Amino acid sequence: MGAFKVFRSLVVDSLDTITKGSKKYHLWMGFLILVMLIGMYCYSIQLEEGLSATGMSDRVSWGLYISNFTFLVGVAAAAVMLVMPTYVLKDIDFKQAVLIGEGLAVAALIMCLAFVVADMGGPSVLWHMIPGIGVFNFPNSMLTWDVIVLNGYLFINISIPFYILFKHYQNKEAKKSVYVPGAIISVFWAVGIHLVTAFLYQGLQARPFWNNALLGPRFLASAFAAGPALIILVLAVIRSFTAFKIEDKTIKKIAMIVTVAAQINLIMLVSELFKEFYAPTHHSESAYYLFFGLHGKNALLPWIWTAIPLNVLATVILTFNKFRNNLKVLYFCCFMLFVAIWIEKGFGLIVPGFIPGPYGKIVEYLPTGVEIGVTIGIWAMGAFIFTILAKTAIGIELGELRYKDKKA
Amino acid sequence: MSDNKKWFSLDLGLNNKKESSGSCGCGKSEGSCNSSPKEEELSADEFYEAAINASIGEERHRDGFEQVFDVKMDRRSAFKKLTASLLIGAGAVTTSCSVTTGSDTKEKAQIGWEEQFKGNYKLMTDEEKQGTINRLMRSYELRTDKKINMTAENAAEDVLFGYAFNISKCQGYMNCVSACVEENNQDRNSEMQYIRIHEMKDGEGFKFDKADDNYYHEVPAEGHFYMGTQCFHCDNPPCVEVCPVQATWKEEDGLVVIDYDWCVGCRYCMAACPYDGRRFNWSKPEVPENEVNKNQHYLGNRMRKKGVMEKCTFCVQRTRKGKNPACVEACPTGARIFGNLLDPNSTIRWVLENKKVFRLKEDLGTEPKFWYFMD
Repeated sequence: MGAFKVFRSLVVDSLDTITKGSKKYHLWMGFLILVMLIGMYCYSIQLEEGLSATGMSDRVSWGLYISNFTFLVGVAAAAVMLVMPTYVLKDIDFKQAVLIGEGLAVAALIMCLAFVVADMGGPSVLWHMIPGIGVFNFPNSMLTWDVIVLNGYLFINISIPFYILFKHYQNKEAKKSVYVPGAIISVFWAVGIHLVTAFLYQGLQARPFWNNALLGPRFLASAFAAGPALIILVLAVIRSFTAFKIEDKTIKKIAMIVTVAAQINLIMLVSELFKEFYAPTHHSESAYYLFFGLHGKNALLPWIWTAIPLNVLATVILTFNKFRNNLKVLYFCCFMLFVAIWIEKGFGLIVPGFIPGPYGKIVEYLPTGVEIGVTIGIWAMGAFIFTILAKTAIGIELGELRYKDKKA
Repeated sequence: MSDNKKWFSLDLGLNNKKESSGSCGCGKSEGSCNSSPKEEELSADEFYEAAINASIGEERHRDGFEQVFDVKMDRRSAFKKLTASLLIGAGAVTTSCSVTTGSDTKEKAQIGWEEQFKGNYKLMTDEEKQGTINRLMRSYELRTDKKINMTAENAAEDVLFGYAFNISKCQGYMNCVSACVEENNQDRNSEMQYIRIHEMKDGEGFKFDKADDNYYHEVPAEGHFYMGTQCFHCDNPPCVEVCPVQATWKEEDGLVVIDYDWCVGCRYCMAACPYDGRRFNWSKPEVPENEVNKNQHYLGNRMRKKGVMEKCTFCVQRTRKGKNPACVEACPTGARIFGNLLDPNSTIRWVLENKKVFRLKEDLGTEPKFWYFMD
């Protein structure tokens, strides 16, 4: 009963915290709510008209939603890059960053689930997928694996920070024996979610662009670059807007992770390009379409030729210690890297998988306004959830939020 | 018998106990190896188990959830309980609010509830199948005052459907395409077509990427030849493997079918199909009332809704009654041949034995039951 009372008090206190703040904070939250409402309106149009409201067709049957889903799984997985040094390698530097990283993972996972639901033709019959009352095609379908790993990871990433914050809220030390095993599981689990998501595409013999052994490892490398890059940017914002103390040392360590991952990612990109273009086969057509266009169809060219230079430039700059240690340059590089990988692992991965089609037909894909509206709405929802989580966590960590036993 | 399996799979020595249930003269295995247990020398317990298997089918074994979490109550009863409780609730709501509504409205609501919360057709018993088609027929009658005839005919024994396409004969008239659209009640707005006829240039061979599958000129065009593609009803269908809810599966007679009411619309099967055989209802499908084909099958040409997959079923509503699919019947050139692969006297068997046949993308190991040949 005691724990329940504390929990109720925590909920009340955090509600209090998240509804109070500076003018900028209120503006930010109001803006997010507005964008979310626009997204919901767009989604209502999609529900009414069906998925024909999107740019997808029988030829390109997955688009912006699945692209964002794929990318965000990577962002969620990247939280592990902070968890591992803190809890497993006992590097104390990361302790403050880790709560933020895990909050980011939770927000990213909820966005992933939202993108998948937005992509469904029949969201009202999604209960068909619930084991027990529906039919869960496990282990044959990789999608069921993905459902398991994503929800499991969501659970881990909610429970560990919650446990720690819940203890700190009561002015108690969190027991290592409780959360360290969870943290270790989450390290392996994070690799699992991204690998399983890659297998979702990698296992399709029908799509040679995806049916490629490097897809999974490259997912991991790009995720461990883009995810921590986003964390650096978020930490920078938090540092300048709150009293939460994040040392330069922490940010520089994360920057090191970003750099190494981005370098590995680039090596893999070279390997992929070599395979596709040195001795091109029928199976290289998708890559040709992506990088050079096929038969005059070249909708993806501006995207990929934005992504590749950004990616290379950011990686090269980060490689030099002098530049990386300059925080302004670092933030700029992280931003470039994030955008580059979002294009490459989203749009640049999903759409060319369908082009050319099984019989060589090239039908291009462009998202519609409704689709873009829903997508931005879901991103706003993610930012909204993250802001709430981060504000509460920071409040507790700074000692502003504490449990007051009324009897005592 | 495992070497009877025609698609490529690694032999790890784990499949020894598997027995193939039926194989035809041409060396094909039906692929549904563990679905027909031998019932002769069984004890009472085993017989009970076998009876359950016979009614529910191999899915009881295949369902990963049961294996992994070892649930005592089987899904069927769990599902029934859930449905029953929902129905009680629904019934209570409808009766309590029904002072002003007519009995038709009440019945419609009742059918709506039962249809929303029914199970997967693949796992239904014959009575449940009958129940759902009765509801669907009644619902159509309530909505339009017209009767339709829907069946839930199961696969016949010793039947495995196959298809052959004569490239020399096809002239690209596309009578098959329009017959298919009319027979299968496909959406007229989006002009959905299961069959694609590819027009290719003579002397260039099969250059699919240069072929035109959307032509509007007079055929046969000078210097061109034609070939058709549709769902090939693979013996090892990748689309079936990837479906997260088992809304699509291979029937005993080899047809790859979809339960439109169970499909969640994730389109994973569409990404997995190497033959462009699947179609999605991007918006609400519409067929003018006077053009609706009223002889329907649950797995075939019954009306679809928006947000679900559909595909060629080899006209299950016709072929399970011994007729040819609409495309075969409509073809004026005789390029299309359909029949039972297990019947040694069928035309399809004659074609397979006497013509040089080939299939598309054999390297993918999907084992299509759709062959091409030339005169």
